[in-house]
Amino acid sequence: MLRTEDLRLGYDALPVVSDLSVEIPPGRITVIVGANACGKSTLLRGLARLLVPQGGSVYLDDHDLATLSGSILATKLGMLPQQPVAPDGILVSDLVGRGRHPHQRWFRQWSAEDEQVVTAALEATGTSDLADRSLDQLSGGQRQRVWIALALAQDAETMLLDEPTTFLDLAHQLEILDLVHDLNRERGKTMVLVLHDLNLAARYADHLIALKAGKIVAQGNPAEVVTAELVEQVFGLSCEVIADPLTGTPLVLPRPRRQLSRSPR
Amino acid sequence: MKALRIGPFSTRVDVASIVVSVIACALTLVIAAVSLTLGDYEIPLPQVLNTLAGKGSLIMTDVVVNNRLPRVLVGMGVGAAFAISGAIFQRLARNPLVSPDLIGINAGAALAAVLMITVFGSAVSWLPAGALIGSLLTATSIYLLAYKKGIAGYRLVLVGIGITAIVGSITAYLLTLADIYTAKTASMWLAGSLAGRSWPHAILIGITLLVLVPAAVAGSRQLRLLELGDDLARTLAGRVELSRGLLIAVGVGLAGLATAAAGPIGFVALVAPQLARRLVAERVAGLLAAGAIGALLVVASDLLAREIFAPTALPVGVVTAFLGAPYLLILMARANRVGRGG
Repeated sequence: MLRTEDLRLGYDALPVVSDLSVEIPPGRITVIVGANACGKSTLLRGLARLLVPQGGSVYLDDHDLATLSGSILATKLGMLPQQPVAPDGILVSDLVGRGRHPHQRWFRQWSAEDEQVVTAALEATGTSDLADRSLDQLSGGQRQRVWIALALAQDAETMLLDEPTTFLDLAHQLEILDLVHDLNRERGKTMVLVLHDLNLAARYADHLIALKAGKIVAQGNPAEVVTAELVEQVFGLSCEVIADPLTGTPLVLPRPRRQLSRSPR
Repeated sequence: MKALRIGPFSTRVDVASIVVSVIACALTLVIAAVSLTLGDYEIPLPQVLNTLAGKGSLIMTDVVVNNRLPRVLVGMGVGAAFAISGAIFQRLARNPLVSPDLIGINAGAALAAVLMITVFGSAVSWLPAGALIGSLLTATSIYLLAYKKGIAGYRLVLVGIGITAIVGSITAYLLTLADIYTAKTASMWLAGSLAGRSWPHAILIGITLLVLVPAAVAGSRQLRLLELGDDLARTLAGRVELSRGLLIAVGVGLAGLATAAAGPIGFVALVAPQLARRLVAERVAGLLAAGAIGALLVVASDLLAREIFAPTALPVGVVTAFLGAPYLLILMARANRVGRGG
């Protein structure tokens, strides 16, 4: 299980996340929400040890992250950054294969197991047909699925995804979140996502963490956590929360801020 | 890519990359053999091979083994060294326009060489040592100035351009002070030349390759992670700062020592990795394919430099650009036509 104790994270002197203690429920989908610059991504980077804590600690299965070796951590914890980069013209199969690095040694660079796991990762993400295509030629949605395949090839129990739906249209956002859901339910992966869309977050999360100015405002089951007061507090947005008629999860309806006329004058 | 497994050993090989490397190596050997037959007087190929096997007359041995062979070997060696260095830097910076010239190797070597020729009046035989020190000093100062909690590709390139410009203008100033004769000696060296290269040069570049190429190949596993950005590389257990530092050191070493052996032969480091990449369908050509193409480019350029404009022998650095650039343009035009530009 992944948890933090009095974690303080920041760049230079200014702390972005302060005194944050949180437990990520294992085997569930956790979604972190909050306004821009509230420290969501910073928290995720801290959980992945991409940022060294200025104070407090992150624990994975009760081991302080700071004491784990890089290759052991990499086999337990995967993280997909917000906008990952790849060399021009790289083939999908090559890219996804690089996710196997933590399992490889100089003499064992492409074992039968590597091949099997990569094939399975491509299948699970529906990208098998794209294996021989170059990443540049793919659409945004396909590309994101390929990146998730890379994280999957890493074969870590816990996967951290930083805004995996950014720049995708609604249908492709749902496609990615369905994929996250399937990976969680079918393979028992612990998923931690940063999302912007509260309604999608409420629909897909088992556990929701709302951040404001680097502190946790509320956490728990979305049905209990997402209330009009919370949205007002976290986003400064006046709204009404109703039950989604399709899923029963909370649905946030922002109040119009001005009288919107139907046609231009 | 094909899986290759023997016992506990397993790796993944790119067939196209190997085919390109083998063809380039074969062509390099053919051109090298032709180069050995040509010169002030022609020696038929069988006789050259006979001499190489140690069965030639004294004079044959002197011409082929002591005079022509080192020049060809230096050409092959520096071509491979520049190309591998360029491939490392282009992949580290994720930018096809980056080459060792940009991080001060050439500029540093040139300044040191010009200083030695014009100010100290040193003998040409001391130039390699001076050039090496100059290039290492420049590269180190660029690295230190660009270092800010680690090395970012862009910072390295921008600082490199700045320092290279300063060093370049000092070199230009020194050349204006020199008299015509020394200025010509210096500018011959600055164009990059294989003329008069002898065994010490060949041994220098040979040892360089023997030490640094295995290091580069070992580092290429980490290079494949660094290409994915620092965050992802760290997540996948890459040792980001350490491996980037080592890879930069290997790249600087290869280019610095190649410059010491043959002067700053332009364009090879820039174009050879791109040629390799475009010849290989997979688009991520290995370092060795780039090295093979680099060796071919320099050896072929040197042959042209000597023969086309004979009896005027051009510095090889003048020809590499003439030979490499059009070929790159052709490959790019073809790639655009089949819709795989970029």
